[in-house]
Formats: sequence, C-alpha cells, structure tokens
Amino acid sequence: MVKYFANNTDIRSTWDHVVSAFWQRYPNPFSTHVLTEDVVYREVTADHRLLSRRLLMKTNRLPRWAERIFPPGMSRFVYIVEDSILDPVNRTLTTYTWNLNHTTLMSVEERCVFQDSVEQPATTQLKREAWISSSVYGFSRPIQEFGLARFKSNQVKAMKGLEYALSSLQGTCHAGDPGSIPGQCMPQLFCSASSPKYYI
Amino acid sequence: MNSVGEACTELKREYDQCFNSWFSEKFLKGDRSGDPCTETFKKYQRCVQKAIKEKDIPIDGVEFMGPIKDKPES
Repeated sequence: MVKYFANNTDIRSTWDHVVSAFWQRYPNPFSTHVLTEDVVYREVTADHRLLSRRLLMKTNRLPRWAERIFPPGMSRFVYIVEDSILDPVNRTLTTYTWNLNHTTLMSVEERCVFQDSVEQPATTQLKREAWISSSVYGFSRPIQEFGLARFKSNQVKAMKGLEYALSSLQGTCHAGDPGSIPGQCMPQLFCSASSPKYYI
Repeated sequence: MNSVGEACTELKREYDQCFNSWFSEKFLKGDRSGDPCTETFKKYQRCVQKAIKEKDIPIDGVEFMGPIKDKPES
C-alpha cells in the first residue's frame, strides 16, 4: 500500500535563479538534519542536458513508538539519492529523490519538475509528487500516515529554505546568516528530499 | 557543507565553487565551450568514491533515475 501526494507551487523567481539555487541549497536554516552532501556523478549529454547524482546523508531519529519496534543497532543515518536532469534549452529540471537504506521501515520517493510558469512572468512552477510506503508488518498504515504528515510539513520547510536561498542569490543575504561565509552569499535550499521524516 | 568523506570536504568545496560559476555563467547561457571543472571534479571523485566504499554506502550499481521508470507521468 502506497500513499501518494502531489501538489503544485509557484515560486516567484525565474527558472534560471531557481535552478542555480538548487545546487546551492545546503546548508540552510531549515535543514540542520542534513549532515553531508556530495555530487557523485555528473555529465553533460550530447544534447546539452546536465545529468547529476547527489548523495545526501541525514540523521535518523525515530519517534519513540518506532524505536520500540526496531533493533537498537539500526543505522543512525539515512542515505538519500537525488538524481536530476536539467535541460537548459527546454527549461525543465526534473529531480528524483529516494532513500537508499531503511527502506523496509519507510520508502519515500519524490519527483519534482521545475518549469517556467505558463501564466505568470518571472515565475517558476514546481510540480511535486511523492510516494510513501512501509513494509513493516502490522505497522505500515501508521508509519505511512506519519510519513505523509511529516512529508507535508517538510514541504513548508523546503519552501522556506528555497525562499531563503533565492533571496540570498538575488543579493539580499547578510553576513552572519546561518551557513554564510563572510563576504559571500551562500544560498541553500530546494525541493526537499523528504527523507523518511520520522527522524525529525 | 561537509562531504561524506571527511578528507574530501575541501576538494568538494573547490569543485562546487568551480561548478556554480560555470553553471550560471556558461552552461545556462548556452555557452558550450567546455567544462573547466573536469580536473577538480576528478580529484574530488577519487576521494569521495573511496569514502563511499569504506562506509559501505549501497549506491554502487543503482540505476540513474531508477525507480522513476515505474511511475507514470503526472
């Protein structure tokens, strides 16, 4: 049984700004649970599209009721893969994000598509979808409900992180912003990897 | 931001800086004159791929955009 979630959002920045901010999203004040970020593959194709893979490591903090179900030796970290295809000619960025481990507990897959808004100028439309499932016998429904609720609340954080990064990129960041390097704007953010959010 | 390989963080930052400039100033503007970051990327990758193996992170052989293939277009 899989929980499906979808929504569309308008981001009041141009597609160029959004995709630039996409690569500079971490760290940001809303993602302190993201510990590491690495690009592990990148290629420009013959038709000028940019393919990338990023590996993220996040903390894994379970709610108490889940801690009782799982063995204490369980890994404290969750590994997330984010694959993306960026087409600068057609102006689309498609990302696909999912967790590599803890998949029995919960699998969260998210697909995002960033494109120019058809209706509004200097605006980017984000279409987001998620598939959340759990294979834990007898607990899959509460885990999925929990996962979905967390996923939705993370969308709020992700959008705040996005606005933070975009305003940084557009030159309004200040020295002393969390994660900033003195004298250099460090925007972070984006279409969140809503990793199994039971840990945070 | 840190790399998953503690020793790789400096190399990662160097690569990220190169990439971010090239991305906004060249790639997005349709400039196809080539990627100035290949050397720094190679150095970074040598380090991070080693760290991934050492930490047994199960990413090797995972197909690009793997699970998306089963999902219908929205």
